[in-house]
Amino acid sequence: MCGITKVYPNGVVANRNINLNVEKGEIHALLGENGAGKSTLMKILYGIERADAGKIFLEGKEVHIASPLDAIRLKIGMVHQEFMLIPSLSVAENCVLGIEPRRGLSIDRSKAIELTERFGAEFGLPVSHNEIVAELPVGMRQRVEILKVLLRGAELLILDEPTAVLTPLETEELFAALKTLVTRGKTIIFVTHKLKEVKQLADRFTVLRDGSNVGNGLVSEVSEAELVRMMVGRAIEVDVYKKRTTKPGAEVLTVKGVFYIRDGRNVLQNVSFKVRSGEIVAIAGVEGNGQAELVDILVGLRKATRGKIFLNDKEYTNAPPKEIRSQGVACIPADRIGRGVAMRASIEENLIADRYFKREFSRWWGLNKKAIREHAKNLMHVFAIRAIAPSTLVGSLSGGNIQRVVVARELSAGPQLLIADQPTRGLDVAATKFVRQRLIDERDRGAAILLVSTDLEEIMQLADRIIVMYKGSIVAHFADIESVTPELLGQYMLGVERQSEKEAEGAWNC
Amino acid sequence: MRSNVFELVRTLVAVFLSLLIVFIFIVIVSKDPVRAYRLFLIGPFARISRLAEWLNQSIPLLFAGLAVAIVFQANQFSIGAEGQFLIGALGATMVALSFPEVDVIHLLVAILAGMLCGALWGVIPGLLSAYGLKEGDNLGVLVVSLMMNFIGFYTAYYTINNHFRDIYAGFMASPFIPSTSYLPFLSARYRINGGLVIAFIIAGLVWYFLYRTKWGYEIRMVGTNIGFASFNGINVKRVIIYSNVISAAVAGLAGAIEVTGLHHRYLWQSMPGYGFDGVIIALIARNNPALVPLSALFVAYLRTGGRVMERGSDVSAEMAMVLESIIVLLVTAEALLNLWQRKRLKRKVSQR
Repeated sequence: MCGITKVYPNGVVANRNINLNVEKGEIHALLGENGAGKSTLMKILYGIERADAGKIFLEGKEVHIASPLDAIRLKIGMVHQEFMLIPSLSVAENCVLGIEPRRGLSIDRSKAIELTERFGAEFGLPVSHNEIVAELPVGMRQRVEILKVLLRGAELLILDEPTAVLTPLETEELFAALKTLVTRGKTIIFVTHKLKEVKQLADRFTVLRDGSNVGNGLVSEVSEAELVRMMVGRAIEVDVYKKRTTKPGAEVLTVKGVFYIRDGRNVLQNVSFKVRSGEIVAIAGVEGNGQAELVDILVGLRKATRGKIFLNDKEYTNAPPKEIRSQGVACIPADRIGRGVAMRASIEENLIADRYFKREFSRWWGLNKKAIREHAKNLMHVFAIRAIAPSTLVGSLSGGNIQRVVVARELSAGPQLLIADQPTRGLDVAATKFVRQRLIDERDRGAAILLVSTDLEEIMQLADRIIVMYKGSIVAHFADIESVTPELLGQYMLGVERQSEKEAEGAWNC
Repeated sequence: MRSNVFELVRTLVAVFLSLLIVFIFIVIVSKDPVRAYRLFLIGPFARISRLAEWLNQSIPLLFAGLAVAIVFQANQFSIGAEGQFLIGALGATMVALSFPEVDVIHLLVAILAGMLCGALWGVIPGLLSAYGLKEGDNLGVLVVSLMMNFIGFYTAYYTINNHFRDIYAGFMASPFIPSTSYLPFLSARYRINGGLVIAFIIAGLVWYFLYRTKWGYEIRMVGTNIGFASFNGINVKRVIIYSNVISAAVAGLAGAIEVTGLHHRYLWQSMPGYGFDGVIIALIARNNPALVPLSALFVAYLRTGGRVMERGSDVSAEMAMVLESIIVLLVTAEALLNLWQRKRLKRKVSQR
């Protein structure tokens, strides 16, 4: 790719004269912070977006890629961050979707299955063809997605942040599979901002920053620190966060025997734990093991089937969200776009969503525009939200700034209990550091923090205690963080290990 | 701010393009296209009676546009303004016919009755949308509001026909309401409906309501992202209900104003189509109440111009409907000016 430039309609220059050279049979890491232009560059290569300037060459020949169909024809395949699978279909059906082998007018199912199995075996991506995608764990879904791309004859595979949703074990499996692919002659572009993965996997790298090339070369010849400096433009020390120095205070959140039953299945099963003032309790677990439902119940968006929830000894089980918030509960939601912000509303409107009815912002039934603007300016300053004005639409901000808007609103509520659900997912290095430090500050201020995360590094860095959830139950509790390793947590997360009930009860009797 | 300018330019370009397209149509169907087109374009201004026709026509359209803008801002795809309009007209007529003839109060009570009846008619789809449908089921909202229009129309028809019918009229209509319940004309000579002033005031109020009050804020947040609204503690069901009710009150007011300000009786023998008209007007105004008056005046102008053209040339008024549809298509087609917008930005970037 040569001299690629892309300007979005809103004036953001996503790519400025970028060059990317990928050689056949290598794993090439495309590095950069969020908003550096990685995704845009890959979308251009895959024909989703069109470059405003620049040329693309494939094996020496210039090619024009106007749509993903063109890309597929040129043997380019993309594995998106959000999987493009149909949950209700089986693995084999998903794999052959659009290229179904036919027998007369109907689909040749046995052929589809055979194809799926054959490709799976050949490329070290074993799958069971008859399982329904909705029931597969994330790692398996990703495997299906890769297989789907391979079945379309892809020689060049683009993987957009493939490890963001994986557990350590799944990540290792993925890496092994990718290495197999390369030995079979495939070429891989691996988009990421995780340095360890680059070191572990890639042959060469290209770093983007603010839409421009800032470096490339052989992975073996650079250090992680150098890569960081290229990515952020300055040196950032390896993240170390202060552990708790004081003893935790009184119990703030008490969850007692909570069940959540959906379609006759226990999504949450007898969940009991406590979070005290001045501590961060982390819930580790593979996504889809009941954490999302638990958070929903804690903030009032879902009703528990059984069980009780107390805030400072006052029960609030199944109260409406507004009442729960007014008691001092705040939440950084995992679904930033769907819940955290209103993209088509301004920053100032987003920042008052939980407090617009308070006296400072409204008189009688009108809104106090001036106070709302001042409030926004103030928070934009304190939380370093980079935007032109409080009236800027949130939708035009970068991912990191969007999360800052969410964090600003939730933390400025001065919560006694803060629930942080995947607070740094998809954020770049600087924004991640910012959010994590804020959580630490809140803890030191005396808030009780419940951190829900699938990112074990994050959990190890921040947590004072760790709870592991598997299939809706608490399967482990660790009060002593020093004795815990990510590998150990992974064993519990995948259900390989399980503490005795007595041990796991530590979450409750701490 | 700059994006607002873009939007305006985009709308104007769409209008201009569709006028061009309609001209081509007229050239095809007419023997004297220039004359027909001139009648269409400036006909409504040529005589005061036509001007009056234009303004009078724009009043119910303006109210309908406002009513639809309110529910659309809450992302409720309701076209129930029609039924609410008719029920409002019915309520105003019945009260005007039964209430003692006291100056001013008689009129106020009739208008309030119309508003209230309209609002009550909005309670039903409001409750159904909030509790009977899944969140975000806009097809359901559409169907409910459409059915409510039929129920409203025939309810009003039945009531007038069987209980308030003017037996001396040659068609189905109520008796004339007493003169104490008349809304004064702006110009009695040309019968320009005094409701025009009220319509403009209501447009201002609706704008203030949506952009400067707590309830308006709630409506807009629910409309822009329902998950965001409920996550932050906004009571979504309540918002859905009152957005429907307030919208319906505006539509009901429109009915009351048509009765007290212009016709002085209930005379709708078929459905006037204000539900869909409201949708068109709100779409052109992009659900902004401040722009709804302009958009309503514009649509009414097209229709009046169409009729003037029909009377004075060999082109029928349906051509005006074609024009209206083309404009809506072009205005709502996002891609149109995006192209131009992009080029401009690109130039800017390369200059930097």
